[in-house]
Amino acid sequence: MSEAERSDVSGSELDAVSDHPLSVSNVEKRFGGVVAVDGASFSVERGTITGLIGPNGAGKSTTFNLITGVYTPDSGNIVFEGEEITGLGPNGVANRGLVRTFQIARELSEMTVLENMLLAFKGQLGESLWRSVTPIARREVVAEERELLERVWEILELFEIDHLAHERAGALSGGQRKLLELSRALLTDPEMLLLDEPMAGVNPSLEKKLLERIHELREEGYTFLLVEHDMDVIMDNCEHVIVMHQGRVLSEGTPAEIQADERVIEAYLGGEV
Amino acid sequence: MEIEAVRGRVSGLSWEQRFGLLLVAGVVVMILDVIRRLAVGELAFTTLSTFLWRGLVDGLLIGLAAVGLSMTYSILRFANFSHGDLVTTGAFTGWTTAWVIGGVGVTDIGTRLLINADGSSSARELDLQIFAEPLAIVGGLIVAAIGTILIALAIDRLVYRRMRTAGGIPLLIASVGVALALRYVIVFFYGERTRGVVRSSPRLEHPAIFWTESIVVHQFVLVVSAVILIVGLHLLLQYTKLGKAMRAMADNRDLALVTGIPTERVILATWVIGAGLTGVAGYLIVLEQETLNFNTGWFLLLLIFAAVILGGIGSIYGAITGGLIIGVADNLMLVWISGDLTRVAAFLLMILILIFRPQGLFGGVETA
Amino acid sequence: MSDEPSDRDDASGEPEDGSPTDGGVDSGDPSADDSLTDRFAALPRWQSDLLLIVATVLGVYVFIAGLGLVTGLGFGGVTRTLRTVTFLAAAYALVVLALNLHWGYTGLFNIGVAGFMAVGAYTMAIATADIDPGATGTPGLGLPVPVGIVLGMVAAGLVGLIVVLPALRIRADYFAIVTLAFAEVIRLLITSGALREFEVLGRELGTGGGAGINFARLDTVVPSWILYRGGTIEQGTNLFGRQLLTVTNALGIERTLVENWLYTLTLVLLVAAVFWLLVRTGNSPFGRVLKAIREDELATKSLGKNTDLVKIKVFVLGCAIMGLAGIVWQGRNGYVDPNAFLPIVTFYIFIALIIGGSGSNTGSVIGAFVFIGLLFEGPPYVQRIVRQNVDLPRPDTVYDGVVALGGLDPLPLLGYVVGQLPNIRFILFGAILIGLMIYRPDGLLGHRNEPASPIDLRRERPPTAGPSSSARADGGESDE
Repeated sequence: MSEAERSDVSGSELDAVSDHPLSVSNVEKRFGGVVAVDGASFSVERGTITGLIGPNGAGKSTTFNLITGVYTPDSGNIVFEGEEITGLGPNGVANRGLVRTFQIARELSEMTVLENMLLAFKGQLGESLWRSVTPIARREVVAEERELLERVWEILELFEIDHLAHERAGALSGGQRKLLELSRALLTDPEMLLLDEPMAGVNPSLEKKLLERIHELREEGYTFLLVEHDMDVIMDNCEHVIVMHQGRVLSEGTPAEIQADERVIEAYLGGEV
Repeated sequence: MEIEAVRGRVSGLSWEQRFGLLLVAGVVVMILDVIRRLAVGELAFTTLSTFLWRGLVDGLLIGLAAVGLSMTYSILRFANFSHGDLVTTGAFTGWTTAWVIGGVGVTDIGTRLLINADGSSSARELDLQIFAEPLAIVGGLIVAAIGTILIALAIDRLVYRRMRTAGGIPLLIASVGVALALRYVIVFFYGERTRGVVRSSPRLEHPAIFWTESIVVHQFVLVVSAVILIVGLHLLLQYTKLGKAMRAMADNRDLALVTGIPTERVILATWVIGAGLTGVAGYLIVLEQETLNFNTGWFLLLLIFAAVILGGIGSIYGAITGGLIIGVADNLMLVWISGDLTRVAAFLLMILILIFRPQGLFGGVETA
Repeated sequence: MSDEPSDRDDASGEPEDGSPTDGGVDSGDPSADDSLTDRFAALPRWQSDLLLIVATVLGVYVFIAGLGLVTGLGFGGVTRTLRTVTFLAAAYALVVLALNLHWGYTGLFNIGVAGFMAVGAYTMAIATADIDPGATGTPGLGLPVPVGIVLGMVAAGLVGLIVVLPALRIRADYFAIVTLAFAEVIRLLITSGALREFEVLGRELGTGGGAGINFARLDTVVPSWILYRGGTIEQGTNLFGRQLLTVTNALGIERTLVENWLYTLTLVLLVAAVFWLLVRTGNSPFGRVLKAIREDELATKSLGKNTDLVKIKVFVLGCAIMGLAGIVWQGRNGYVDPNAFLPIVTFYIFIALIIGGSGSNTGSVIGAFVFIGLLFEGPPYVQRIVRQNVDLPRPDTVYDGVVALGGLDPLPLLGYVVGQLPNIRFILFGAILIGLMIYRPDGLLGHRNEPASPIDLRRERPPTAGPSSSARADGGESDE
């Protein structure tokens, strides 16, 4: 993609990059007078499932939106695979290989599951208008579409939602939509996936299935960052946990370390009172 | 060095702020140019005062009509494209009443009921002006408000109430349907003819009190009625429970619902106040321009929208201020451009504000 | 196939939704019963769509012709009406298709359609008007008609670009007001005295202000290209023209009538071409991005799509087609004036689109025909027929009618109503819009989801139907 740019980075930094594809440093975001994220810094290790937790209003969602380009930070920067991605916008960030899912699944409800999935592929020939309408060029588009369909079926079968292929995405259950979103995100050929509360509104049996998939994918080399409210999910599945509180990173460590951290317990209790 | 510093400061601004700066700069340049023209004698002081006075009159009318549009926009959450036809409704109901009262013994009831649809009479024959027929003119004003309120409520019941959960765009489209149906129901009864319905205003010569040489009495009536209504509206919003509920709902509808504000009652009040003021505006517009046509309100719709957007959608004081700005600007622009382009300027300003400052010139909805 | 049901169960495992079966699609198989609707559903998409369009057009024609002939309007009157309906419906179909691309596909709520049509028509008029039109006319560039048409489309597209660039990120209802205001700005500028005549690079040009400007008679120019050598009648007929005119002469049809029908038919072919273009645009990966933007722009961006660029492309393309529609629509008048582009024209187009169902190209064409044939031309047509057959009184006002009704004579009121039919249709338009929004927001044809892919996805099946699903389940477990 951008070997030239990457080679600019000096040797030691390159090592850091290869270990930690995503690093966020001193990111700040204010809305009017409210400081939502107040100088948060952390990085995510390659090939891990990293959890981002914190009490309500800690700034997790805003951080997520800052990383994925929905918001532009007021200061600070975000680096992904050695390249600055601050202010690139959602499509720019996604095209670098950092792809997200949403807390409330944002399936494209009037489109079928197949159409949802086919949308995900990057750089499709047929996304150019003239190629789609010109008679001869369109043949390539059709041929490409057939290839893409094969991959779609593979993934749909892997996620066991192939029988829903012709359904309107809006007619799916909450859990099925989460599966659809995750599988759709996979088809963009990402390097890293950001999952915003992937288990919210998912029933237990499907939750198990989703987690199995995530672990399988982790073993294939994908990196995950997930925001999750369900502590059990975080503690059972993440190698590394980042705790945010009042817009800053309060603590970091393994699940065991986090569970023993007084400050974390205090922050959560304080939030509940 | 200093230029660098300024450049640095400007580049640090958001688009919104830059746009605001540009706007202020433009206004300052225009004011300076007006002063220059006055000094050089290119612009007579009486001409300027006429522009400003007419701007005030137009602005109050647009502002009155804009209040209703702004309220429905923020509380019912859609751009009501039938609002212009509520203006027309006010004009027709009001002037029908004025003719029915003012034409007693002059012409037959058929002609009066349809505001001279058959062209057999005239405003001159009825001598319809404030000194000769005060009862007719004031009666018309009251009925304009009541008639418009009743029709707006009927429309809400028939159409919008069934669509409370629909999105802004389906409601907008439905309102276009309402606009067409309402306008052509009026045409069905009153016909398409543009007619003079009121006599030219009598004038009072009182150069000592006002800066103009004479006052046009109808305009005076208009300004006084508008100001009374605006003050009344202010009192209602600030000092009654209903007013507080309405402001709460304009601010945050979802929160208002949770806190137990009776939504339907607020919506009812919105229509009553909004449509009442709009109907009066329609009636007064005709009092000033002396003619009436079924398109009267529709042609004003976009200007009313401009006022609402200028003032910030949902803000009632903003709507009135926006109306005044549009009214004054529409007239004052005549200093620089010809009359058939002033509206172009107003619409372009509205477009720029929608793009760069969608919350309006004065911020958000917090002022109610 | 036997594995299918079990597959269904283990995949979702969710009782709440059951499985919203895809059986509806399955039952389209040949074994299904042979009721008409089933057979219709089993047709390939393009065939069933074509059938729908043809059936609608024929239905409208039969209605008009039947009503006319039964009530004694005569053959000439009926054909004249049919030609007007075909011409207007074709012109509307063009612009409805373009609006469908904007709103139906991409969700760009453009209510400034009349403005873009005006830009197309006026650019064409200024480009082709005589350089030296004499004392009364407005001077133009004197370019050939085809150049004018292309320039008109380009200008409409460029104006579209100017509108859409700053407006990419604003809310749908603000976008609506911006486009409407822009259309009004265009109309007011055209009307204004300032642009009535102006000079560009030393050449006199102008819009003609409120009086309008001469416009090439496309309904004679275009048939001339088809019938005559060099496009002018003086050089005699070409091969096709000679043959055609021989046949029509034998049938006793006047040449002007032939020319008029040729223009109308050219328009129909143009509609077919644009339809084809837009169906291809829609049924492609590009069209898929459009639909995705309509559904949820942020989600689309989050999949890496440059939605801004796509929106710009679509808006410009649609505006160019609107410009073209404005040109061919005005091609029958010999002049064009600003009153042809009042905002209400935009709302006619919206009504047509909503009747057919936004999001559907087929629906756009059907909507245009139904709107023009039945709603727009219908009431005046009925009025003509009634007046030709019944001698109704024509009272001046509704009051006179009501008074007569009080005297137990309903005829004057009836006569008034008939006289008002052209106005009553607007009430009807309004009622239809309201009714559709309340009861059938998806349009008369109901919900139609046109496939956003170059291949018919409805017929796609998983490559590995049965056995692999169990193997896959094993694979999944063995990992744990």
